[in-house]
Amino acid sequence: MRMTSEAPVAEPQPVQRAADSAAGGSDALAGAGQATQRTLGAGVAIRGLAHAFGGLRVIERLDLTVEPGEVLGIVGPSGCGKSTLLELVSGLRAPQAGAIEVEGAGSPAERLARCAYMPQRDLLLPWLAAIDNAALALRNRGASRAEARRIAHPLFERFGLAGFERSRPAELSGGMRQRIAFLRTLLAGKPVLLLDEPFASLDAITRAEMQEWLAEALATESRTAVLVTHDVEEALYVSDRVTVLSARPASPVAQLAAPEPRALPRLDAVTSQGFTSARERALAALSGGAR
Amino acid sequence: MKRWLPPLAIVLALLCAWELAARLDVIAHALKLEPFLVPSPSEIAQALWQDRGLLTDNAWVTLQEVLAGFALSVAAGVSFAIVLHLSPTLRRAFYPLLVASQTVPIVVVAPILVVWFGFGIGPKLAIIALICFFPITVNTLDGLGSVDPDLVKMMRTLDASRWQTLRRVEGPSALPYFFSGAKIAVAVAVIGAVFGEWAGSSSGLGHLIQEASAQLQTERTFAAVVVLSALAIALFALLAALERRIAWWGPNGTRS
Repeated sequence: MRMTSEAPVAEPQPVQRAADSAAGGSDALAGAGQATQRTLGAGVAIRGLAHAFGGLRVIERLDLTVEPGEVLGIVGPSGCGKSTLLELVSGLRAPQAGAIEVEGAGSPAERLARCAYMPQRDLLLPWLAAIDNAALALRNRGASRAEARRIAHPLFERFGLAGFERSRPAELSGGMRQRIAFLRTLLAGKPVLLLDEPFASLDAITRAEMQEWLAEALATESRTAVLVTHDVEEALYVSDRVTVLSARPASPVAQLAAPEPRALPRLDAVTSQGFTSARERALAALSGGAR
Repeated sequence: MKRWLPPLAIVLALLCAWELAARLDVIAHALKLEPFLVPSPSEIAQALWQDRGLLTDNAWVTLQEVLAGFALSVAAGVSFAIVLHLSPTLRRAFYPLLVASQTVPIVVVAPILVVWFGFGIGPKLAIIALICFFPITVNTLDGLGSVDPDLVKMMRTLDASRWQTLRRVEGPSALPYFFSGAKIAVAVAVIGAVFGEWAGSSSGLGHLIQEASAQLQTERTFAAVVVLSALAIALFALLAALERRIAWWGPNGTRS
């Protein structure tokens, strides 16, 4: 369960910097630019985003910025378009209006090369062992099976999965499956992580454990991440900053900084005064947005 | 063990009834036939033993035809399914033709194929492949198409090429479907071999049945039919066992 605090093993893959500079303006868009300790590029910048399915307007006039290395939590009522937002950012779906830049890259294909997407369902392949599921992206990039396993192996140790490398997904608990899905996302080696309600399908106790686990994992990895959830507590506990979205069509209604002090055990964190007042503000914003 | 008792009891009861009816000439009288034309199960069993050399030789010929024809249609069917899966245009173009190929009566085609390809193994392979091709192609194609779209999306975010998605996700997902088709195909392949042999051949179980029934050797005819069914059942069971081993994540797998 506990992770040792060593350097991240899954370094983000270098993306085409030439494309970045060609796109230009990446520093201006992200604000912090290259000033961060980890040269992550320019995070995520969304300007005037709008998307509809048929006549159903899902997202409207949405502006969002994620600083490099920052974990942004996005909460919103069910069905407000949070998942669509992540699909748009990742490049899986092309937006109808507005601009999205990930690390300064604007086209869907370039964004797809920079974003790792973790869906709500673990989507582990039942015919592959846990370690081969985690190392899927390495295999896709041409690594041999032995090579991919060698790279993935230390992460199993670090993320509390040692001994389960050869287990089949069907033999693992829901929490373990989600951890392997998270490893698979990490090992995609992309600078930006997009997490779409990663623990929605877990029971409350496992979910609390996994939130603690994810907060630590993201702290050691320090990648740019967007966590979408309907759970205010989860967003406040795991993220550096939380954006509350309105009901459909989604647009931001509140911004909250993560309550201080950070990096407490979950139980201490969620009962601290800063946390409870932040949660109340978030819930107020949510119910205001749902009206 | 208990699972096998009910079917075994039914088969035994039917055999006993047949045996009695044949011995008492009930069937022969009812059909106004000479009694020797209606063999009892014990007489068929006797024929099985007496003609064992003849039956094994001919069964071997038929088995070779079935295996070669089946292998041919697996190779062709799976390749065709993959091509149609990758190209929606080709799929739309060829699918009606694929269905149409099943409406052609094999009994009619068989003699034409013999005219074209001669009396060798060629026309038998063509007939078997023609019959097996459809269930294998259609099932594999359905399997490839029924993959969870979220899995395909996930592979895109993991930098997979079209081919890698096919190999790592769509192929394994389609494998249980392929086996469903292959199990149907192998059972009908045996029937296809008989048609092929009837249309023109000098050996094989189908040929033996034709010859024996022409000479009113009904015990031998039945004995050949028994061997033929046993062959089909054995091939089906073999594929089912393979499916449990290879596609163990599917509905018929050992673990799911």
